[in-house]
Amino acid sequence: MSLEVRGLTKAFGGVKAIDDVSLVFPTGSLTAIIGPNGAGKSTFFNLITGAFPVDHGQVIFEGRDVTHLSRAARVREGIGRAFQVASCFPTMTVLENLMAAVTSHIGRWGNLSHRAPLPGVRARAMEVAEMVGLERVADVEASILSHGDQKLLDIALALALEPRVLLLDEPTAGMGPEERWRMIERVRALWERQKLTLVFIEHDMDIVFSVAASIRVLCYGRVLAEGTPDEIRANQAVIDAYLGTEEHAA
Amino acid sequence: MRRHPALRDALIAAIALVVLLLIPAFHRSPAFEDYVIRVSAMALFATSLNLLVGGAGMVSFGHGMFYGLGAYAFALLMQMTDLSLPVAALAAIAITAVGALLVGAVCIRLGTIYFAFVTLAMQMLFFSIIISWQSLTGGDQGLRGGIPRRELFGFELGSQLHLYQFCAVVMVLGLLAMRHIAASPFGATLRMIRDNETRAGFLGVVLWRARLTAFVLAGAFAGLGGVLAALFVSGAYPELADWPNSGQAIFAVMLGGIDTFLGPLVGTMILLALNDIVTRVTEYHGLVLGLVILAFALGLRRGLLDFLRLRRKGAKA
Repeated sequence: MSLEVRGLTKAFGGVKAIDDVSLVFPTGSLTAIIGPNGAGKSTFFNLITGAFPVDHGQVIFEGRDVTHLSRAARVREGIGRAFQVASCFPTMTVLENLMAAVTSHIGRWGNLSHRAPLPGVRARAMEVAEMVGLERVADVEASILSHGDQKLLDIALALALEPRVLLLDEPTAGMGPEERWRMIERVRALWERQKLTLVFIEHDMDIVFSVAASIRVLCYGRVLAEGTPDEIRANQAVIDAYLGTEEHAA
Repeated sequence: MRRHPALRDALIAAIALVVLLLIPAFHRSPAFEDYVIRVSAMALFATSLNLLVGGAGMVSFGHGMFYGLGAYAFALLMQMTDLSLPVAALAAIAITAVGALLVGAVCIRLGTIYFAFVTLAMQMLFFSIIISWQSLTGGDQGLRGGIPRRELFGFELGSQLHLYQFCAVVMVLGLLAMRHIAASPFGATLRMIRDNETRAGFLGVVLWRARLTAFVLAGAFAGLGGVLAALFVSGAYPELADWPNSGQAIFAVMLGGIDTFLGPLVGTMILLALNDIVTRVTEYHGLVLGLVILAFALGLRRGLLDFLRLRRKGAKA
């Protein structure tokens, strides 16, 4: 088991954002997390990556309890994440972004004796850029990249740390329909090639049902259902709480 | 050259140094030499401030305290011990670095605004210590009695020419060292922190350690500037550590540009030239200086070198 959470609970004020959630993400799986707005999906990622402390429960990564490790320590363990709003270094070029990430990953961010980049760092950064198809804009400043490319750069920054688990918070957020499919194809190809355990949050049901091998449904901080796309589609509770309402809305 | 940026920087530095050292051989001008000496002290100070401001996004309003600390530590060491000049200078820089470590330990965890205010408060505290510890510092009269003249490889820094040569060498080497820091992996880490510290943290950078290191390094180089200032005034005065002096460095950085390494140097040259010229013409030099800064802030919207660089980039595109 690559990643597992047991009885995870987090309350903000009196509201339980995540309420006794236990889930397992097997090694090499591709899982989508869905659920209505406010279901606690992003909070769930924040708890796994250590952005804030949990109230109760455990996060187990490759058999190790990482619940109380700092976020930097979890990154070192191999849990990478990308953000809902692309988070990169706007005044640096794509390659500089990735070289800095690679340098951090090899623990040399504090190096004062050499000139950047350190030997091997540029090649590795270029490799990571190629993984997500950003080599064509390697020398472009991140602030003037297209929205989609910024999301890719965000993912690439996570990949530079050679994660074994990658959490993607709405990789297609804010994109047009065509761009969404291109993006999710990239993500799927990445998962295949890099043999990652990949978990992504997604709102577009067409994408979820066609890409994910396995789906977890969160609702009001609890696990409503889990299973294959077919099982989820047929699940009455999910239809009532989530899928159904969307059809009404449409 | 493109492949060896370190070599290119060293070459530029060497050429600048040779030119500076050759000028007096052709034309002796006390006013010019005086100007270069003052620029050297101030440029090291302003560039070190920009390691924080431009490099890491840490706007310190109290950076002058390290300039003052360097000057006082050096002058006192020269007066009270028999240390040779370079040893005393290095010791003064070390003392300044320890001072920056102590101040930084308090300040670097604070958010932007509080960081600015607390560094300013620390400087005021330091300034009052200088004023009130009369037996050591001479209080508001400053540290008088001059700096004992000690020869250094045949140089006698009491002579203006030799002081000029010494300051030119120290400035160029100091700037080269800071350029190296800015271009090192650590320099890239500081840029990450400036751009997006949360993401830098997620990438494994230990934020407080990176910030504190930057603060200590910047403090040490400000101390080096202070050493040159002490040599120039042959002593140390409370004004060196007073907050308007921090303001001068901030002006120099603003005038020259924060995103270009030599920006603070150019800003210092503009600032001191303005001072020299304007004070000759009018006693309202503060007014003129204010207008110039306004013109830069409202007209160019950035420092001179940043402005030129962006224009060149725009012309290319």
